[in-house]
Amino acid sequence: MARPSKEERKVSIMTKALELFSKEGFYQTTMPSIAEKIGMSVGNLYNYFASKETLAKELILYIANMLGEEIRRINESPLDTREKIVAIVHMYFKIAQERPETIEYFLRVYLSNREVFREGCEGMICVSAFVTELMIFFEEGVRSGELRDQDFFSAFGLFMGYLGGMVFLNGERILPNALESYEASIAENIYNALKAR
Amino acid sequence: MPSKPAKFQIVWLQGITCNGNTHSFLNDPLLGSLLDKVRFLYHPILPSQMSLRELVVKIPKSDLLIVEGAYRGDFERGGAVMEKLLPALAARAKNIVALGSCASFGGIFKEASPESISGIVYDKSEATGPLAAMREKVINLGGCPAHPEWLSFVIGMMLNKRKVALDELGRPKELYAYTVHNGCLRNDYFEWKVDSRSFGTKEGCLYYEQGCQGPFTHGSCNKILWNGVASKTRAGTPCFGCTEPTFPKTDLFRTKTYMSIPSEMPLGVPKRSYLALAGAAKSFHIKRLEERLIDDHA
Repeated sequence: MARPSKEERKVSIMTKALELFSKEGFYQTTMPSIAEKIGMSVGNLYNYFASKETLAKELILYIANMLGEEIRRINESPLDTREKIVAIVHMYFKIAQERPETIEYFLRVYLSNREVFREGCEGMICVSAFVTELMIFFEEGVRSGELRDQDFFSAFGLFMGYLGGMVFLNGERILPNALESYEASIAENIYNALKAR
Repeated sequence: MPSKPAKFQIVWLQGITCNGNTHSFLNDPLLGSLLDKVRFLYHPILPSQMSLRELVVKIPKSDLLIVEGAYRGDFERGGAVMEKLLPALAARAKNIVALGSCASFGGIFKEASPESISGIVYDKSEATGPLAAMREKVINLGGCPAHPEWLSFVIGMMLNKRKVALDELGRPKELYAYTVHNGCLRNDYFEWKVDSRSFGTKEGCLYYEQGCQGPFTHGSCNKILWNGVASKTRAGTPCFGCTEPTFPKTDLFRTKTYMSIPSEMPLGVPKRSYLALAGAAKSFHIKRLEERLIDDHA
């Protein structure tokens, strides 16, 4: 059997680290605990990532790029803005169900431990791929006359705050029904809040 | 003894104009030496061989016909309608320059009567003007007004029998291949997305909130300075995009945005890439760019 390449090894480290970080939080997760989970020596782990902070930054870049790619696909589809909102809500909840560690990491590590990401991930640098696609979604929605022109962050906060909040409630097992059962009403609420009048 | 070579003969014809290009030309610091090499058969202000009436009657041959001002067929000069006068003078000219935005694309005067007023070759960006058929010999010098050195550059090239490379709108590449953004002293602010707080100051970029069109306007205003010292952006005023066929745009001091994103991107930059770069640049706070350059109270 061929030996995994350095890049493949890196991806497998990141996958395991993501699980640990999203479950235990940034500070409870240590480089030895990650190494143990992967079955490699701590010394060898440092050959791939110089520090826990470096690994954490790589993870947020990876997640933002993955979400960015998903939204880009929706942006480039022939759907109208209302349908795109439905598609984005569906995509986000699907990832939250199938790969909960990615959204958990975003909410519980990246947004909750800003001091870790201060250097090298200033402002929105590490989540740029994701934010850029949402900018394009909003810009095109206003340009086509479907959405109301307003400050970007007012719209962004409404959209992502709502989705993040629902995933958080779901993670805390507070929601009485399955996450996907809320998709249609959430998409409608977002559309109604943002549409041109 | 060899005879003195004949002077380069120029006819300067005005269409519907505010005389802005004439006044601009009078500010050319090299006008004196240029006048040693050329002769104006007719110019509305400078000493000329002919009166306007004589020009209209004789329709002389010329090395260069300069047209200042917008075209309207029934507009009269010296008792002749432009519909007849312009093609007649153009046919007897070796070269033609449309000087300024009105002669080039219709400019401000076109706003008064969009259907009947145009440039001499272009109507905005459509080549449907009265001299469209001879567009090969017409050079457009868009600008409101055109910089005097742009005209003397072109005349100098003609005097030296050099070919002037033109862009797709007939403008000399030497002068219009740049954008006004090129050479702007505010590029440091543009790069890091620090916006100007008000007009007339030295600090901040004028693109995001003040309506500056420098990043997508062709022109050398920040390379060949006005009066040798200034440009709009150097003086603290946004570029109006006056060299382009889209001039005049309305709402000159406002940047049209969609959900806070400028509606027009810098020339040749895809929106997605620009937004990613801009987002990264905005993440930094650079103290030296957020302060006054010269503190009056220090």
